[in-house]
Amino acid sequence: MLAFVLTLVLLLGIVIVLAYAERKVAAFMQDRLGPTEAGPYGSLQSVLDVLKLLQKEDIVPAAADKKLFKLAPILIFAAVFAGFAVIPFAPALVPAGIGIGVFYLLAIISLDVVGLLMAGWGSNNKYAMLGAMRSVAQIVSYEIPAGLAILSAVMVCQSLDFQEISYQQGALINQFPGLEYDMNWLFGIRELGINTTTIGGILTWNIFRAPMLLVSFVLYFIASLAESNRAPFDIPEAESELVAGFHVEYSGFRFAVLFLAEYSMMVLVSLVAVVLFLGSWNTPLPNIGPVSLAYWTSGTVGELSGILWGAFWLLSKTFVLLFLQLQIRWTYPRLRVDQLMHLCWKVLTPVALGVVLLAGIWRLLMV
Amino acid sequence: MLFYLFATLAILSAAYMVLTRNLLYAGFSLLVTLLSVAGIYVLLYADFVAVTQLMVYVGGVLVLILFGIMLSSRVHDKSVLSESVNKVWGVVVTGFILVGLSYTILNANISALPWLQAAGTDVLGQQKSTVQRVGIKLMTDFVVPFELASLLLLIALIGAAYIATDKPKV
Repeated sequence: MLAFVLTLVLLLGIVIVLAYAERKVAAFMQDRLGPTEAGPYGSLQSVLDVLKLLQKEDIVPAAADKKLFKLAPILIFAAVFAGFAVIPFAPALVPAGIGIGVFYLLAIISLDVVGLLMAGWGSNNKYAMLGAMRSVAQIVSYEIPAGLAILSAVMVCQSLDFQEISYQQGALINQFPGLEYDMNWLFGIRELGINTTTIGGILTWNIFRAPMLLVSFVLYFIASLAESNRAPFDIPEAESELVAGFHVEYSGFRFAVLFLAEYSMMVLVSLVAVVLFLGSWNTPLPNIGPVSLAYWTSGTVGELSGILWGAFWLLSKTFVLLFLQLQIRWTYPRLRVDQLMHLCWKVLTPVALGVVLLAGIWRLLMV
Repeated sequence: MLFYLFATLAILSAAYMVLTRNLLYAGFSLLVTLLSVAGIYVLLYADFVAVTQLMVYVGGVLVLILFGIMLSSRVHDKSVLSESVNKVWGVVVTGFILVGLSYTILNANISALPWLQAAGTDVLGQQKSTVQRVGIKLMTDFVVPFELASLLLLIALIGAAYIATDKPKV
């Protein structure tokens, strides 16, 4: 119960910061100033936006399917929020450390799709319906390259447990029960004979342990943009064609929930990318001889210092990825639907299949 | 206690699915049924089966059903509503299935099964999930059914692609 409340509060905080960052980043990229009035540099803008949304009248269209219309935002947010249950925030700090976390995450996110269909249908509006259809088609197709990219990381780590994958990517590897005698080698190749187990840092991140995971990280990042309906994959809510896509009829608090779910999805996919590929809550600084930077910036597992350092590194990496998402949104034009499908099926999926094969071969070099 | 919660949910939503005339509501109550059955799987220590159920049935089959209903609904104005047909045959066939199932269950003497006697102990033991054992079984004892299933799916995929292509006008 405590984990539930803590995660929710943390998520709300991140989303509010993210909404503000989005407006500021957009403004600076377009040579504007963005919000400046509320608070210093307009930093209270998104808080006020939320307050405004909460005060608005709750409008349910007369012709809408009222039950589905009201249920849909709850289902969408619940599906995304359920994904956070398996994300480890620090060593020895994970809401639900189940052994098949990665698989669970992939499955629970697909519930989101049902919620989108419910919202689109319940609104009884052709823009909403079209938006929901496009959104679902896009999410279902991009789940395949995303799943294959995740699979290659899982094959290298030999685990579906997010916490175990996290421990493997740092100097604390031997403190995880079951990994006491595991070793990391430079680029994962044992034959090179360079043992990086106690060096840690960036050298043991998954993208360094198995360099082809860099490719699958890029694949996953592109696919995750599509899964969270972000530009350049935002045809589901293309303003110029569909007004706003599936949430066109929503207002007030329900719109706030949908908005929250969309931003939570962005945060969730970035967290997953960080945990699987970019070393999770591990520090990027390696131990260099007597200067054990990795231990100094990791704290002690299970104590407050470990939790603070872990959360700090995890969240800073996540914010870097989130910033990249914002930057991409304001840089690239929207893809047409045929380009979208071409990219998914003819580019990303074959490359992802190749990476999965390579990951299997690489795993043989690692042991 | 949790089991009864999930079981009640599953039965209620399944009953609603059968009784409602709105096809779309039936689809969404199928979602509740599938979720509660997944919950029951978790209570049985079958975490992998539970998540696979979510992945395949909720993420795949249910979305496909909903898509089908939504895309075909506007053909006639009210075709989201289903009508009851074949009442006599339906009652007869379900009656027979009910009798057959009850007979089997009552004769099975379930409580004497050896693996149920050991169910009170820690099933998972040292392992954190059933994935390892499921994987090993699939690659050793059940490799032929596994490969046959994948072959069947491949055939279905090729067939679907063939049906969907534009036939060149000869």
